[in-house]
Amino acid sequence: MMQWETVIGLEVHVQLATKSKIFSGASTAFGAEPNSQACAVDLGLPGVLPVLNEAAVAMAVKFGLGINAEIPEVSVFDRKNYFYPDLPKGYQTSQMYHPIVGAGEVEISLDDGATKRIRVHHAHLEEDAGKSLHEDYHGMTGIDLNRAGTPLLEIVSEPDMRSAKEAAAYLKAIHAIVTYLGISDGNMAEGSMRCDVNVSVRPKGQEAFGTRAEVKNVNSFRFVERAIAYEVERQIELIEDGGTVVQETRLFDPEADETRSMRTKEEANDYRYFPCPDLLPVVLDRAYVDHLRSTLPELPAEKRARFEGELGLSAYDASVLASSRAMAEYFEAVKDACGDAKQAANWVQGELSGALNRESLSIEQSPVSAKQLGELITRVLDDTINGKAAKQVFQALWNGEGDSADAIIDAKGLKQVTDSGAIEAMIDQVIADSPVQVAQYRDAEPDKRGKMIGYFVGQVMKASRGTANPQQVNALLKEKLDQA
Amino acid sequence: MALEPSDVQRAAHLARLAMNDADATGYVDDLGRILAMVDQLQEVDTDGVAPLAHPLDTTQRLRADEVTERDQRDHFQRVAPAVENGLYLVPRVVE
Repeated sequence: MMQWETVIGLEVHVQLATKSKIFSGASTAFGAEPNSQACAVDLGLPGVLPVLNEAAVAMAVKFGLGINAEIPEVSVFDRKNYFYPDLPKGYQTSQMYHPIVGAGEVEISLDDGATKRIRVHHAHLEEDAGKSLHEDYHGMTGIDLNRAGTPLLEIVSEPDMRSAKEAAAYLKAIHAIVTYLGISDGNMAEGSMRCDVNVSVRPKGQEAFGTRAEVKNVNSFRFVERAIAYEVERQIELIEDGGTVVQETRLFDPEADETRSMRTKEEANDYRYFPCPDLLPVVLDRAYVDHLRSTLPELPAEKRARFEGELGLSAYDASVLASSRAMAEYFEAVKDACGDAKQAANWVQGELSGALNRESLSIEQSPVSAKQLGELITRVLDDTINGKAAKQVFQALWNGEGDSADAIIDAKGLKQVTDSGAIEAMIDQVIADSPVQVAQYRDAEPDKRGKMIGYFVGQVMKASRGTANPQQVNALLKEKLDQA
Repeated sequence: MALEPSDVQRAAHLARLAMNDADATGYVDDLGRILAMVDQLQEVDTDGVAPLAHPLDTTQRLRADEVTERDQRDHFQRVAPAVENGLYLVPRVVE
C-alpha cells in the first residue's frame, strides 16, 4: 500500500476594512441597495481615473509587518484582463510583478500545542469584482456592482501545509492576524475572507510535487478541511486506478460535500497582465513604514508566548486564548479583575465557553461581562463561595438575575459557611440521622472508608444548601466518624 | 517572431473583437512590423536597468479614506439597456 503525502497552498482574499473603495470615494458598507454604492469609477465609465486609498495601503503594510515580511519600497499595479459582466472595466486592477508585501511567515498552532511556520510567498492589493445574480431575470443575469472596487489583500502561501488540519490552522492564524490588526472584520459569512486551496498529493518521500488542482469557493474553516479531505481522496483514488491528476480549477460544493471540475475555456488563464497606465508606482518611504510599525498591537504569536511564559498557562490554553483578539481581551480583563491567570483561563475556557457554545454566541455577545466573571472568581479565591455555588452564581449572571456576583451571592444566600461551629452542628445532625450508615462506615476497612464518606459529605452539603466549605466538611467529618 | 493568422485570431478573440480571415491576414503584416520593431529593441543590452512601470517620473498620490460619492444610481442607470430592482441586466452568463 502506497503512503501518500498531501501538499497544500492557500490563497486567501481578505476584504480590507476601509470606509471607501480602493480607487474611488464610494462606500464599502455591506448590505446596501444594489448599485447604490457603485460610482462612475467603479462602473468603469469612460474618462474616470482611479486614486489610491491610503488606508488600503496602510492596512496591507501592517499585515506585511505583522508576518515579518519584507516591505518593498516600490510596488506597481497591473491590469489583469478578462471579460465578465461583474467586471465592467474588462480588467481587474491587481499587482502581479511588484506586490506591496514580500515574503513573510505565519506561525500556526496545532491541536497538540505544537507550532509550525508557514511561509507566505507575498501579499498584493487588488480590487474586488461585483456580484452576478443568476436567479431568473427573464433569462438574464442581474449585476450588482456595490462590491466592485472593494479593497482586497490577497495572501499567497507557499505549499507548506501537509494536512487539512494544518490548512485550517493557517486560515485561522490569518484570520486572527487580520482581526488583531483591525484591517478586516474577518466575517467569512459575509465574504470578508475567501479562500482558494491548491491541493496535490505525492508518494511519501518523493521530492517533486504532484499535479495540483485549485479548489475555489472554500469559504469557512470547516469547508477548508472538508474540501481538502475530498480532494485528497479523489486524487489518490485517481492515481491508484492508473489515472493522472490534471491541473484544473474545481469548485467546492458544500451541500454535496465534493469538488467539481469547472468548465473553463482554454484561454481562461491568459490574463495578459501589464502595468496599469492610470496608476503610478507606489513608493513607501521608511518613515511611513516605521510609523505603521509603531502602531502594531501585540499579535497572536507574541500573545501566545506571553500567556505561556509570563502567565504560566499551558501551551494549549495559551493558544486557544490567543486565537482571537476578542477572546484574548476578554481573558485578560478577567485575569486583571481577579488577579489569577490560571483561574481566569479555566473559567473562560470551561464554564463560559461551554455556555457560549450551547447558545451559539460569540464571546463579544456574552451576557456575562469580563468584569462580572472576574469578580465572581475573586469570591471563589477569597473563600466567600465554594465551587458549586460559583457555578450557580455564574448561571444567575448569565440569566441576568443580578448585576454582580456579590449581589447574587447576597440575594441567594450562597455565602460559604466556614464557621466550623456551624458546620460541626450540621455534621452532628447528619451523624445522628444516619445510624445505619455510620455503623457501616465504622465496620469498614480504613481503605474503604474514603469512598463511603461521600455519602455524609453529600448530606451535610445538602443540609447547608450547598454553602458549606467542602474541604472543611470533609476534614471535620473524617475526624468525627473516625474518633468513635 | 513570425505571426500566424491563428495568433491574430486568438488575440482578437481575447479582446472580444470580431475579425474575418481577410482582416486577420492583413494584421499579420501590420502586427508583424510592430513585433519586428520590438525585436530590434530587444537587441539593446538592458542588464541592470530596472523595468519602467510608468513613463512619468513621479509616484502615486494617495487619497484619504473618506466616502465622497453619493448614490447616483438612477442617473447612471438611465443609459443602461436593461435594469430591474436596481440591478443591471445582462445576457445570462453561467460558468
